[in-house]
Amino acid sequence: MAHPSVAVLEYHLAGYRRVWLSTVASSLAMPILFFIGMGLAVGSFVDRGGALPVPYLQYIAPGLIAFAGLQIAVGEGGFPVLTNFKWQKVYDSMAAAPLRVGDMILGRLGYIAIRVMVAAIAFLVVMLAFGTVGSVLAVVTPVVVALVGVASAAPMFALAASVNSANAMAVISRIGVLPMMLFSGVFFPVEQLPAFVRPVAYVLPLWNGVELCRATTLAMTTTWPAFVHVAVLVAWAAGGFWLAWSRFRKRLGS
Amino acid sequence: MTGISATPAVHGHGLATGEPVVRARSLVKRFGDITAVDGVDFTIRSGEAFGFLGRNGAGKTSTMRMIGCVSPPSDGRLTVLGMDPVREGASVRARLGVCPQEDNLDLELTARQNLTTYARYFRITRAEARRRADDLLRFVQLDDRAASKVEPLSGGMKRRLTIARALINDPEIVLLDEPTTGLDPQARHLVWERLFQLKQRGITLVLTTHYMEEAEQLCDRLVIMDGGRIVAQDAPRALIDAHCTKEVVELRFAAEDHESCADKLVGIGSHVEVLPDRLLLYTDDGDAIVPTVYERGLRPSGVLVRRSGLEDVFLHLTGRTLVEA
Ligand SMILES: Nc1ncnc2c1ncn2[C@@H]1O[C@H](COP(=O)(O)OP(=O)(O)O)[C@@H](O)[C@H]1O
Ligand SMILES: [Mg+2]
Repeated sequence: MAHPSVAVLEYHLAGYRRVWLSTVASSLAMPILFFIGMGLAVGSFVDRGGALPVPYLQYIAPGLIAFAGLQIAVGEGGFPVLTNFKWQKVYDSMAAAPLRVGDMILGRLGYIAIRVMVAAIAFLVVMLAFGTVGSVLAVVTPVVVALVGVASAAPMFALAASVNSANAMAVISRIGVLPMMLFSGVFFPVEQLPAFVRPVAYVLPLWNGVELCRATTLAMTTTWPAFVHVAVLVAWAAGGFWLAWSRFRKRLGS
Repeated sequence: MTGISATPAVHGHGLATGEPVVRARSLVKRFGDITAVDGVDFTIRSGEAFGFLGRNGAGKTSTMRMIGCVSPPSDGRLTVLGMDPVREGASVRARLGVCPQEDNLDLELTARQNLTTYARYFRITRAEARRRADDLLRFVQLDDRAASKVEPLSGGMKRRLTIARALINDPEIVLLDEPTTGLDPQARHLVWERLFQLKQRGITLVLTTHYMEEAEQLCDRLVIMDGGRIVAQDAPRALIDAHCTKEVVELRFAAEDHESCADKLVGIGSHVEVLPDRLLLYTDDGDAIVPTVYERGLRPSGVLVRRSGLEDVFLHLTGRTLVEA
């Protein structure tokens, strides 16, 4: 018989099944807009300087695919989790069944991994169409992006289980996501950042994900050995899981 | 599912009827400074319908949540199905059905999906989950709404769906926290009829309610809670016999001061209760004493003689009506 966390995954997939087509549509639209607006338009300036090893469009594409994973994970790991605690009381209904907190968290992380992977596949199709894929290793990119998703979603779960208002949730998500997008090497190498900001980028899940995506789609060498980048992401996922686990237990155990 | 579609009155769980299935001793639940449940003792036996009666805030939900193994007791002892609800919570919950005070269905999924996805939490196979879902939707008369989303369903339909969900694992004990509160009389009637059927099938029912007549008919035994304590527990009829006269005369007065009317009634019947909108005169023979009321010069605008019930027991024990007038 399947593990109880698989039952939780199935529950989330039942909801996803109704909306997946529209999420794929937006996963196609987002890169197209960015590629035209940033990649081609801004790229025509950047490429004149010749400071990057590859055309600007190719440079930002792997950054954006990793960012898309982060964005979906923050969205799915934040507000809906708060809703499931506070308004829809989904977690109360799960707690009344023979599920454990770990099953609830694992099941939703699994769902987010799948959701992110599907989006990454759609994104990859757009990258292919724009000619930004230069390596067969690109086929593993969706898995890398899913790892970025899990690494970002797990700590979001902990946050969502700790706050009480939709407002707090929205503010924190925005404050978290925007600097990550700007300082994680999506649009320019982190070496361009002031020295004191750089270490922040190094520990963020997004930068490590961006590095890995550049390796898989463009065969660029990573700043650190690939396994180190993977290890940072796994550490975020594991640490986030542990935090979420204790926050969930606290919230459900009154 | 065996418990629902099989012939009634057969207990399918190997528990002899009458075995203790829930046992609470000096059970306490605190939330910070608030003591929601203040040292209660009760034993619920297999196959019986056991009720918790009390006003809002009496501690009913807190007690139900401890039995449901989702809220750890602060003090005292509690066993459910012979197990410890904290250490063996998941094993206990596998054998319980829970209908919480507030529906927590997934509004975006269909009625049927709510049941099939929930069934999977109990390690029920997909095929079996679909079969049970269809059986249960028929049982609660929602089979024609199986494929519709939950959101637009009426309150009564949502409640029935929540009850169906509580039955998906063929539970030995079903916990129902105010299963009919807020429903219109027709919807309420349908729910109570279904609960009667479950009871006849030997399923142990533990419920809280505000509706006296229904509690009187359905519950084999009940406890009356007030301020986190149990103030009485017994069979409904025994409680009424122990605490009340056989009949009650309800007197309404158009304009007069109730307290002074009550003074004039002293000596008639066994005692008088003063409520904001009426006086209750307790006696074993209502019709016999109504003329005496008029003889004392009182001119009530309304007179009603009725049998005494749990509401009167509650009033007698706590000094307040069960549902705010
Ligand atoms: N999670 C909680 N945190 C703090 N106080 C609570 C909590 N749950 C219940 N209470 C308090 O405990 C008391 C009993 O509540 P409850 O068990 O819900 O009563 P009932 O179900 O009989 O209305 C109330 O005073 C209520 O405010
Ligand atoms: Mg309650």
